[in-house]
Amino acid sequence: MDVVMLSRLQFAAATMFHFLFVPLTLGLSLLLAIMETRYAKTGDKTWLRMTQFFGKLFLINVALGVVTGITLEFQFGTNWSRYSEYVGDIFGSLLAIEATAAFFLESTFIGIWIFGWKKLSARAHAGVMWLIAFAGSLSSVWILIANAWMQHPVGYTIRNGRAELTDFVAIITQKYALLEMTHMLSAAYMYSAFVVMGISAYHLLKRQEVDLFTRAFRLALILGTISTAVVTLSGDMHGVNVTENQPAKLAAMESHWETSTRAPSFLLAIPDQKNEKNLIEIGRIPGLLSLLGKHDINAEIIGLNDIPKDERPPVLITSLAFRTMVSSATLMIFLMIWAFVKRNKLLEHPRLLMAMVCAIPLPLITIEAGWVLSEVGRQPWIVYGLMKTSQAASPVASSQVLGSLIGFVVVYGLLGFVGFWLMIKHAKNGPAPVSSTL
Amino acid sequence: MVLQSTWFFLWGLLWAIFFITDGFDFGVGTLYPFLGKSDTDKRTMIAAIGPLWDGNEVWLITAGGVTFAAFPKVYGVMFSTLYTPLMLILFALIIRGVSFEFRDQIVSPVWTRVWDTAIFVGSVTPALLFGVAFSNIFMGIPFNGDGVFEGNLFTLLNPYALAGGTLFVLLFTLHGALWLCIKTQGDLQKRTIKAAHTLWPILLVVAVTFLGASWFATDLYGNYIAQPVLFSIIAITVAALLGIRYFIHKEAWFKAWFASCATIFGATFFGIAGLFPTLFPSSLDAAFSLSAFNASSSTLTLKIMLGVVLIFIPVVIAYQIWAYSVFSHKVTEEDFYIH
Repeated sequence: MDVVMLSRLQFAAATMFHFLFVPLTLGLSLLLAIMETRYAKTGDKTWLRMTQFFGKLFLINVALGVVTGITLEFQFGTNWSRYSEYVGDIFGSLLAIEATAAFFLESTFIGIWIFGWKKLSARAHAGVMWLIAFAGSLSSVWILIANAWMQHPVGYTIRNGRAELTDFVAIITQKYALLEMTHMLSAAYMYSAFVVMGISAYHLLKRQEVDLFTRAFRLALILGTISTAVVTLSGDMHGVNVTENQPAKLAAMESHWETSTRAPSFLLAIPDQKNEKNLIEIGRIPGLLSLLGKHDINAEIIGLNDIPKDERPPVLITSLAFRTMVSSATLMIFLMIWAFVKRNKLLEHPRLLMAMVCAIPLPLITIEAGWVLSEVGRQPWIVYGLMKTSQAASPVASSQVLGSLIGFVVVYGLLGFVGFWLMIKHAKNGPAPVSSTL
Repeated sequence: MVLQSTWFFLWGLLWAIFFITDGFDFGVGTLYPFLGKSDTDKRTMIAAIGPLWDGNEVWLITAGGVTFAAFPKVYGVMFSTLYTPLMLILFALIIRGVSFEFRDQIVSPVWTRVWDTAIFVGSVTPALLFGVAFSNIFMGIPFNGDGVFEGNLFTLLNPYALAGGTLFVLLFTLHGALWLCIKTQGDLQKRTIKAAHTLWPILLVVAVTFLGASWFATDLYGNYIAQPVLFSIIAITVAALLGIRYFIHKEAWFKAWFASCATIFGATFFGIAGLFPTLFPSSLDAAFSLSAFNASSSTLTLKIMLGVVLIFIPVVIAYQIWAYSVFSHKVTEEDFYIH
């Protein structure tokens, strides 16, 4: 394999692994801040025990999220030096701002939160978690602005053989960035809500700590309901935006070959990229793609055959990722409605509780699939329309990249296994007994 | 010119702050297997750096990010030519970071030993390899006009670079020992004081050797000869190094630690001042070297980033000083990581 492919695999592995942990830290910090504030205001130890129980899950995720995040920044230099030289003027600044304005805040205050239980008052300690929640989301906002620029570059000019900044405000306020932030952050909050509800459901089924877990479930349900609505709406708007700015990605999502009006969607379609057709098409729904892409059932949607062959993304991966994202998201919407309707009688609905336990991995699958869709669907471009991925890799030996890729797979595999095992073990054990709490 | 020179020194400053802050927690991790006799000792050592190491490590991310933003070409060429050492540093930082979190999650001797080893390896490796990397930068690195590295890992592991790696390990280890003197008491503190007494003369010998070897192995002294006032950097660094010894003798741990901060700061700026205006020299041909003037970002980006850095870095320093002050007391069992 060549350096480009190895570097792509390595970046995919490192990012997808990083993103197994980050979304939970974003939403869980918000829930923890609310739980701890309730404790600080009421002095009710149940909220404290809840904070400490979910806090430990949070910290395992933070540890894995933080250490795997450093690698991502550095990989732009080690593996994508041509890209870094070409876009650093813009992309590098966004990453540097993320570190100085947000990540410092998050990291410094996480240390204070872990070790500061007896150094700070209850209110101040809860305040620290609010800062962490704020900084975590702010940090992801900067990263998403940087990613949005790769998807839809604005505010630049080509000068001195590279992309140079001309309009900073345009970059941070462009529609693509705003939609991506809304969609991603709400997805992360939704995931966190599902984790808290799923773990609470597990203990409610066993009738353990019923008071604590009923409260936790209902608290997470509020965040879950709001974020599910936002993630759905922003996803729909994002679809329209992709149609406008990245027609190749939209066509690949639905394996849509011929440009047509009243373009259909299929429940299942298996594309054959070489022969420019679909091998299998099941459940044709006429006009659905036009409706999703342009909010008009009769609108014309460009097909892959009208896009130059060397500018088409890998259709199979993109379309499977899209289908995975949409079907698991639909399932979650139904689950959320079900949980919302039965929220006051949770214990009487063991089937709902059982479903919520089984649903814990669903949002994670959805989020990972969404990122695969977003990033693979952008190919062959690293910066859409501006620079191809094949021109972006570092001039390093493929043996070096192979070595580090193997290192990543081994180290991340082990850490991921240990991390999830610890989390599941802790989640099953439940909160510490009242006597051993502070 | 002024803007680019300013960024050159900010770049050096951020690396220096990273070495000062993360340096002492690397040092504590390096001393960990030697001073941590009992489990209580080990947990005390972890608690001494536990609240601070994560915030310290962000200085690395910022130093890297600022290189990316202000000198994109340097970022690309530096990180890809130093591919293997950087990957090793990353793996070390990864296993170190999770070790602090994972170590006490399970009570089992094997489990504990695995993460204890990871803390040591994960701390000493970055110290050594950052020293190796920066010494190679001081010497110049064999890369061509296209930014392609024409050497291998063994090119980088030359005697001068290994001396630099040893110097970094010793600087950080002593720095960590002094931090532990502040944070510990009783038997552990006594052993740490002994370690500091042993480390100091070795550091002195290696530091002097390195300063001398730099005369032969690098062009750093060119700027010093052109501007003799720069020799004051070396004078201050040596004074700070002697100050460490003086304050160790007086058992004034905070002062000794600050002297150690000044030493690391001075050692970094010894190199930075010698390099100016080159950030990343090529040993093949000076024409390939990347400098603040031929490898910087556009003026607009440099200005915006200067604004960002001038606003946020002081704020970060302020809340990190607050964090340090919250955790400046002696560690007791109350401070152990609660699970």
